[in-house]
Amino acid sequence: MLDKAIKGSKAYWGWIIFLLACIGVGFGFYMLQWFQGLIVTGMGRDVSWGFYIGQLTYFVGVAAGGVMVVLPYYLHDYKAFGRITILGEFLAVGAIVICLLFVFVDLGNLPRFINLMIHPNPTSILFWDAIVLNVYMFLNIIIGWNVLSAERKGVPYQKWVKVLSYISIPWAFSIHTVTAFLYQGIPGRHYWLTAIMAARFLSSAFASGPALLILLCLIVRKVTRFDPGKEQIRTLGGIVAYAFILNVFFMILELFTSFYSQIPGHMHTFAVLFTGDGNLVPLMWTATVFAFIALILLIVPAARRKEGVLLVACVSVIIATWIDKGFGLVVGGLMINPFEKVIQYWPTFPEIMISVGVWATGFFIITVLYKVASAVKEEAGA
Amino acid sequence: MYDGVKIIIGIIIFLVLLLFPAWYQVGKAAKVPDPKLAEKALKAEQCVEPKLFMKTQHMKLLDEWRDEVVRSADRYYQSSSGKTYYKSLQVTCMDCHSSKKEFCDQCHDYLGVVPYCWDCHIEPKENG
Amino acid sequence: MGMDRRRFLKIAGLGTMMGFGGKAAFELLAPGAVEASLKDLPLTHAKKWGMVVDMRKMTHEILVACQEACHLPHNIPDWGDPRVEIKWNWSDTYEHTFPGMENAYMDEHFLEKDFFVLCNHCDNPPCCRVCPTKATWKREDGVVMMDLHRCIGCRFCMAACPFGARSFNWGDPRKAPPDLNPGFPTNPDYPTRSKGVVEKCNFCAERIAVGEYPYCVEAANQLKEGTLIFGDLDDPNSDVREALRSHYTIRRKAELGTGPNIYYIVS
Repeated sequence: MLDKAIKGSKAYWGWIIFLLACIGVGFGFYMLQWFQGLIVTGMGRDVSWGFYIGQLTYFVGVAAGGVMVVLPYYLHDYKAFGRITILGEFLAVGAIVICLLFVFVDLGNLPRFINLMIHPNPTSILFWDAIVLNVYMFLNIIIGWNVLSAERKGVPYQKWVKVLSYISIPWAFSIHTVTAFLYQGIPGRHYWLTAIMAARFLSSAFASGPALLILLCLIVRKVTRFDPGKEQIRTLGGIVAYAFILNVFFMILELFTSFYSQIPGHMHTFAVLFTGDGNLVPLMWTATVFAFIALILLIVPAARRKEGVLLVACVSVIIATWIDKGFGLVVGGLMINPFEKVIQYWPTFPEIMISVGVWATGFFIITVLYKVASAVKEEAGA
Repeated sequence: MYDGVKIIIGIIIFLVLLLFPAWYQVGKAAKVPDPKLAEKALKAEQCVEPKLFMKTQHMKLLDEWRDEVVRSADRYYQSSSGKTYYKSLQVTCMDCHSSKKEFCDQCHDYLGVVPYCWDCHIEPKENG
Repeated sequence: MGMDRRRFLKIAGLGTMMGFGGKAAFELLAPGAVEASLKDLPLTHAKKWGMVVDMRKMTHEILVACQEACHLPHNIPDWGDPRVEIKWNWSDTYEHTFPGMENAYMDEHFLEKDFFVLCNHCDNPPCCRVCPTKATWKREDGVVMMDLHRCIGCRFCMAACPFGARSFNWGDPRKAPPDLNPGFPTNPDYPTRSKGVVEKCNFCAERIAVGEYPYCVEAANQLKEGTLIFGDLDDPNSDVREALRSHYTIRRKAELGTGPNIYYIVS
């Protein structure tokens, strides 16, 4: 089936070459980091995790969000989603690749990654995170590929594929729960030490994953002859709406606990992120503004049912959650150091370019897989 | 034969690439290793274990030492000869083998192995 | 600590011999003699190493001496940039060392004082819990140890440590600015680190193994006897226990339950 990926239009090849160029540039900057060390990034002894780990966290969410098409189809027999489960699964594959690459580029000594298998420590959440992410990736590759192959041959997929699909549903929840546990089980980091962290992660994942999926569906409709479907996009819009409202609600719970209890440590990070002279202040307010725009557009059913409006809402959701999770969460948790001093962090140019390379790798995989999927669907006369 | 020429060209390119290490090195003879013992090592006559063992197993021994010292705080090595040694690459081994260039590097360079010991452990200062 | 110190001085000769002086001297000893002789040293074995910092005696001069006494022999580079600096022990103010314990009416002298800080070698160390490869772990004698051969540089331990005790090698320590690091590596008998690994105070594991006090303890007490008291918290007769019995002490962020083993006598 992979041969479908090498027959494409000029625009397709242009996009592929652009992504490959980004990967090349990113790799070049990674070589710089390889030889000089992580000193080329903006991280330091206090903000010891930065943009890379933030992006890892965000894209685990995107990957988990893919389950929002799989779950209604398999558990609620919502037939319409049968048409696009493959898109959710392939998006998850690309997102997980992005996650794993962000872990790799963040490591101080990449070749020793093997120690994770030779000397595993079961009390370490990072160990479990590596396991659940890898398993989730393979689940989605195997399920997606087999379902698509069956569709191409015009036969129903095998039973064991369906079993794997059922397994992949709780597994999607697990990847983001475990990722939240990376943070929420750590003593002494006020911003992270909250029982609602995993719930917040899941709600933002189920908003941002399907929001990205809607954008991708609209692109697929535009550039291929396969139409993911009006109803499908509208239902996804509803899912984004509910999940995002929950996400904002959870955030309000955090704010209430912090500011009604008046415990200094709990209020401190919010104060630094949203007021004062921290360099994340403009970013966090941008996220807030986009969150409000998204809320308004999503809550009104008549508005979100218009695809143009939904598009704006989805972009707003993506910007808001990307800043909140990909930036504010990790940096916010560390920028108040154990001595209660505020430390500023901003990614450096090499750090950004390496991240561009990582994103491009993920989107390259998503592009190729989507190309295959849409070509098969076109052929099947969908 | 369909596309016979293309196939043959393909095979030739494949072989050229495959044999890259061979033709790249043609005419460049690698220096035969000639590890020299420093004075103190010569005087000691035997390393912590017999020569043949050290020749073939030193990397394993060092690996064991490093785990035992760092992880089990077990810092003394009981040699088969009955002597006791302080397990330390930097402090014990390199005390006798005082030239990394003349000793370690000889075989390591020849075999193309780059042990990362020296990323951290400090080699003895050598004259010149 | 007088008693321990006198006993320590008696065995100091042996310590020097095995630590950094003549290694070949071992071969003169009968098999097993080294281990046998070490068993009796007061400092080599403990169930739980700990330290009491007597802040009444601590001065700026002692703090500087403690850091130098540690950083030079441990080959710790100076990067000249607080963002990426590496430090095994250092100092900070009361409100930073004990956040939330300050009040508006405290004696100014107290607020201006610099407190000696280092790894707390916790009873229940979160850094060890989160390490994916057991590259940092709690030894049976209480030392929270680093295996720098194994660390993958994920920095989870740095996020987990509530005391900011851990440093990462953002660059290759041997490439630190040469003008700030004359003669680096300063101790040819101790390794440096490679880039990309986390490091921290190891309670001078290499010194207690041969019956010597940690560098900082030695340096501080040379300037003022009893500033840093080091010993076995599990031994009721040790100097540290005596100090804890006879003084009111505080610990950093004890409420987090990590069980820090550095105690502070503050008044």
